[in-house]
Amino acid sequence: MTATDTGVHAPPRARLPVPSLRTDRWWVPPVLTVVGLSIFVIYATFRAFQQDYYWVSEYHYLTPFYSPCMSTGCVEGAAHFGRFLPDNPLIPYAALSLPFLLAFRLTCYYYRKAYYRSFWLSPPACAVPEPHTRYTGETRLPLILQNVHRYFFYAAVLISVINTYDAILAFHSPDGGFGLGLGNIILVANVILLWCYTLSCHSCRHVTGGRLRHFSKHPVRYWLWTKVSVLNTRHMEFAWITIGTLILTDLYVFLVASGAISDPRIIG
Amino acid sequence: MSYKGQFRVWRGDSDGGSLEDFEVEVNEGEVVLDIIHRLQATQAPDLAVRWNCKAGKCGSCSAEVNGRPRLLCMTRMSLFDTDEVITVTPMRAFSIVRDLVTDVSYNYEKAREVQAFTPPKDLAPGEYRMQQVDVQRSQEFRKCIECFLCQDTCHVVRDHEENKLNFSGPRFLMRIAELEMHPLDTADRRDTAQDDHGLGYCNITKCCTEVCPENIKITDNALIPMKERVAGRRYDPVVWLGNKLFKRGK
Ligand code: SF4
Ligand code: SF4
Ligand code: FES
Ligand code: FES
Repeated sequence: MTATDTGVHAPPRARLPVPSLRTDRWWVPPVLTVVGLSIFVIYATFRAFQQDYYWVSEYHYLTPFYSPCMSTGCVEGAAHFGRFLPDNPLIPYAALSLPFLLAFRLTCYYYRKAYYRSFWLSPPACAVPEPHTRYTGETRLPLILQNVHRYFFYAAVLISVINTYDAILAFHSPDGGFGLGLGNIILVANVILLWCYTLSCHSCRHVTGGRLRHFSKHPVRYWLWTKVSVLNTRHMEFAWITIGTLILTDLYVFLVASGAISDPRIIG
Repeated sequence: MSYKGQFRVWRGDSDGGSLEDFEVEVNEGEVVLDIIHRLQATQAPDLAVRWNCKAGKCGSCSAEVNGRPRLLCMTRMSLFDTDEVITVTPMRAFSIVRDLVTDVSYNYEKAREVQAFTPPKDLAPGEYRMQQVDVQRSQEFRKCIECFLCQDTCHVVRDHEENKLNFSGPRFLMRIAELEMHPLDTADRRDTAQDDHGLGYCNITKCCTEVCPENIKITDNALIPMKERVAGRRYDPVVWLGNKLFKRGK
């Protein structure tokens, strides 16, 4: 089968001269998505393997890209849960969390939409034909594996708890007491937004209450479902905001840890 | 304010056709369907177009305006610049009948394949009792006017005629989700959604949601929740292992 006799050009349909008659700039969103996601992937890969400037020992700031720090190469104070992963340039210090976070975002219903449209052009925009002659969607391997998203959601909840713990430990001053600086505000804001992204997940919406047939028999779960549903309508926004805050938070810790800037302190 | 608008309308049938240019008067407050009617009245008396209510409620006037699936009666002329050429074509996912009229029987065939509402056997009509919160969620889906714009836009069938066999489209997957969420429906529709209606073909790219004139959140509220339900039954490794270990039936 060729592209000329399938889809909008299939014989029983109205024979129009062009594949799409859209006159607006439909290609702008997919282009922006490719740019945005590429920036994140390149930055995150670089930082995950850099194995330096991830911890500010004076103030106990730990970047989320190195949490939990579990390699024998980790600075002692940064490792809150022990150090046992081999210190190897090919193994990120947070090798126990990063693959799960990557898989969580890769199988996320929003990111799926984003990369199916922008990288795979399936479809590039509504009513603009995709360039593929055959299409099976998520019916077979490997894409059928997207269905295990729920388990990455559970992992992401666990990792969000760890990130929260890191942000709390970071209220530290060089003399050992309570401290507060700009870094704390950034770390806390980042953690709050990560929770918003994680809890607005469609799998979360399903497990908290969406799977029920009788809301009236489960008032507490129904209440939870309504709250998650409110967050869920903003899931796409949180997906992009957290990409931004993750880069910003990491960059801030990077710059302070490397001595490029100093952390403005409010207390301690 | 009234002006002469530039229009290109597809005229033809299954043997072929072409985009024809027209200049038609446009008055303040009009919609594209008004222009098509004026075109019929003044220049093209044999132009075929399907419509009924002119109020966005019957779902008959579905077509494509500047390449976007839309209801002709709900597309305001004020959306366009006065010097813009407006192209009106029939829906491109269905077989052409003539001019702006397509054969939408694919949708009725798919509708018939959905198992009807299945209440408990011992419950007679008139004895149905439900709580509002239990039906609230699926009431959103009841707003559907069956315009089939979502079916027309969905790339699964729009770009792949051969997928029509295995894929029922967003409108009917939403119908299955509605029944699956119904407090009094006793059928388990998860397997059939995946096996017979092709839920797995949907890649949640949300074009159905984008074009729905009733603003139903088809993808977020029907398709994804249905995918989650199917995942719980079919693709959950823990459930699968439990069934294997304890030899529970599917
Ligand atoms: S979200 Fe799914 S059903 Fe809706 S248009 Fe996209 S592929 Fe089709
Ligand atoms: S779901 Fe929306 S777009 Fe689809 S047929 Fe119903 S009203 Fe039309
Ligand atoms: S994280 Fe996006 S849907 Fe689960
Ligand atoms: S004529 Fe009824 S929806 Fe347009």
